Amino acid sequence: MNKIFLVIQREFMSRVKKKSFLLATILVPLLFPAIIGGMVYLAIQNEKNKELEVIHVLDESSLLKFEDTESYDYQLVEGPLDSAKARFSKSDDFALIYVPKIEVDNPEGIKFYAHTSPGVNLVDGFENKIEAQLRDVKLTRSGLTEEQLEELKTYVQIESFNLSETGDEKKSDSGVTFGIGYVMGFLIYIFLFAYGAQVMQGVIEEKNSKIVEVIVSTVRPFHMMIGKVVGVASVGIVQFLIWMVLMSVISFAGMAAFGLSMDPAETAQMMQAADEASSVQSNAKVQEMMSLINDIPITKIVLLFIFFFLGGYLLYGALFAAVGSAVDTPADAQQFMMPIMMPIIVGLMGLFMFVFPDPHGTISFWLSIIPFTSPIVMMGRIGFGVPAWEIALSMVLLVGGFIFTLWLAGRIYRIGILMHGTKVNYKVLAKWLMQKN
Amino acid sequence: MSLLKVENITKTYSAHQALTNISMEIPPQTIFGLLGPNGAGKTTLIRIINQIIEADQGEILFDGQPLSINHIRNIGYLPEERGLYKKMKVGEQLVYLGQLRGLSLKESSKRGKAWCEKLDIIDWWGKKVEDLSKGMAQKIQFIATVMHEPKLIILDEPFSGFDPINANLIKDEILELREKGATIIFSTHRMESVEQLCDHVAMINKSEKILDGSKAEIKEQFRDGTYYVEYKEGEIKAGTGFEILNTEEIGRGLKKSLIQYSPEGNPNELLKALIGQVEIHSFVERIPSMNDIFISLVKGNPELVEA
Repeated sequence: MNKIFLVIQREFMSRVKKKSFLLATILVPLLFPAIIGGMVYLAIQNEKNKELEVIHVLDESSLLKFEDTESYDYQLVEGPLDSAKARFSKSDDFALIYVPKIEVDNPEGIKFYAHTSPGVNLVDGFENKIEAQLRDVKLTRSGLTEEQLEELKTYVQIESFNLSETGDEKKSDSGVTFGIGYVMGFLIYIFLFAYGAQVMQGVIEEKNSKIVEVIVSTVRPFHMMIGKVVGVASVGIVQFLIWMVLMSVISFAGMAAFGLSMDPAETAQMMQAADEASSVQSNAKVQEMMSLINDIPITKIVLLFIFFFLGGYLLYGALFAAVGSAVDTPADAQQFMMPIMMPIIVGLMGLFMFVFPDPHGTISFWLSIIPFTSPIVMMGRIGFGVPAWEIALSMVLLVGGFIFTLWLAGRIYRIGILMHGTKVNYKVLAKWLMQKN
Repeated sequence: MSLLKVENITKTYSAHQALTNISMEIPPQTIFGLLGPNGAGKTTLIRIINQIIEADQGEILFDGQPLSINHIRNIGYLPEERGLYKKMKVGEQLVYLGQLRGLSLKESSKRGKAWCEKLDIIDWWGKKVEDLSKGMAQKIQFIATVMHEPKLIILDEPFSGFDPINANLIKDEILELREKGATIIFSTHRMESVEQLCDHVAMINKSEKILDGSKAEIKEQFRDGTYYVEYKEGEIKAGTGFEILNTEEIGRGLKKSLIQYSPEGNPNELLKALIGQVEIHSFVERIPSMNDIFISLVKGNPELVEA
């Protein structure tokens, strides 16, 4: 035990003392908000600087009204179409919309010309606009007045709540839970790859520097492997915790700068005040967002994150260590990486394909229970509220999973690290697995 | 009593027989040469003694007790395939390796430094291994092998990578360690160092032990009754009980002949016969070198190969 601790200590210290660790640990929490902030800033600037786009409209039907908006300036032009097209193509203007003499019931032949291919959303937008106007025309035709038309328009916004067994209701927001799921799942994905690769690289380096034989004459290969895997894991945990602390400090500072409070009671008060004065509705929206974020059980999520990160990492780290032990160079490792990477990637794809559209569906459930995909998928689901028994089952299976892979990897590792220049394939690995010590 | 007793060790890798029923006793405070061609099974035996792998059958006694992890503290191992963590500092590395052998942090640091002073590399204590020359790195590895004062030191090709000056330095250290009570298993292909250092020799070939004993005994056993004679003028003719194997001119009017006589015969009788024929300048029995013995045994040739 004492010696495993020595190995862990060495693995930990040798990594933490590297300049790259220091850089990554300090820069990532600074860079992420900076990148996000930068993108938001650019988007806003982009929006602000957007020039009014001029759209030529040739409306032969005289059925439609085009009202100028913030971004579009509609100019009615004279026909026929050919001359309108010629004029448009010489101009720098954005687009030409051509509406022929159409029948209200069968509006065919509307055309959209632009210098470059328009985005799907753009054309969709115009289609909706024209459809709405034609609907209005039809409704007017059936005898509705303008006022009645106005009254027909309804705007609905659904507020969703999580109702717990005790009857407490908590406001939920699928945007926020989606965000949590996305960030957590993705973080686990990145951590699995980053730290798994570190383990593999460490083992290959150790093997290449030929120090292995000295070490295994003092420590059992299995203990050496565990020491390495755990040492790298502790680097990951320390890095994650430093990130959490730094990010909280930074976001707290950011909140303070924007005059927002993280204190829920205060937030609630402010929300009430905001409700009363509906003129500051947009501010109330921000406050509401803040209160939703405050409602997230941060401690629970952080603890679960650490557990699923550790579990998933041990499961894959062991396999990465086994691959590292079997090969002589990182290039040789490629052939064995595929089967290890596949389930990780399946987990991430499952997150997008199944969990976000349907967090409680059958596939989402199974992906979050099976140990190989559960770390990513369960963390992705966690924001949507997962029953305790599912989390417990997933955790137990994950522990079983990494015990199994550690055992499996240990069998390969003990032989692999002492082998040099052997051509290794799956058959050889299987042989090592069965070989007695 | 022997420090290490190897009893009927057998080890098989799937289709390959690595060791067949090997037994040997390694007396305390000796330098024990473990010889054999490549692939004979030496490394397997050394790994079994280091508890890196397990034997299929047989037992090893260390100081009379079955070998166990408690003995790791008392063994130092310098493998043939050896290296260091390149990114680690020399000092940290020695302290770490000492701790793995059971020294405390403090003790490990103290002894590491003392050894570095002794081998004149203390200036490199705070430097990274990757900045060291190969010879210096070898010194560090040697220090890591012996710094915990093990009772048994296993050295596999310890001189490879050393220049002659450093090789001599290490040789002196090895002899000093023996004087201080350590037992050394010394595996090498360099027969001249076996000649110089070893008290005892065992040889493994094709997984089996084919030779075991003190160097003096072995040499006695491989005496074949040949003598070198240097003489002036004349010519030696074969006589009773001896014949001339070859003759060469060695300058200054001298000739040198290799004479085959019987190992049991009295050299005085041979000398008498020769004095009658020529003027003898030197007369010496040809003692087989370890190199001769090695080659003849491995090739399975009962007769000694010509030197």
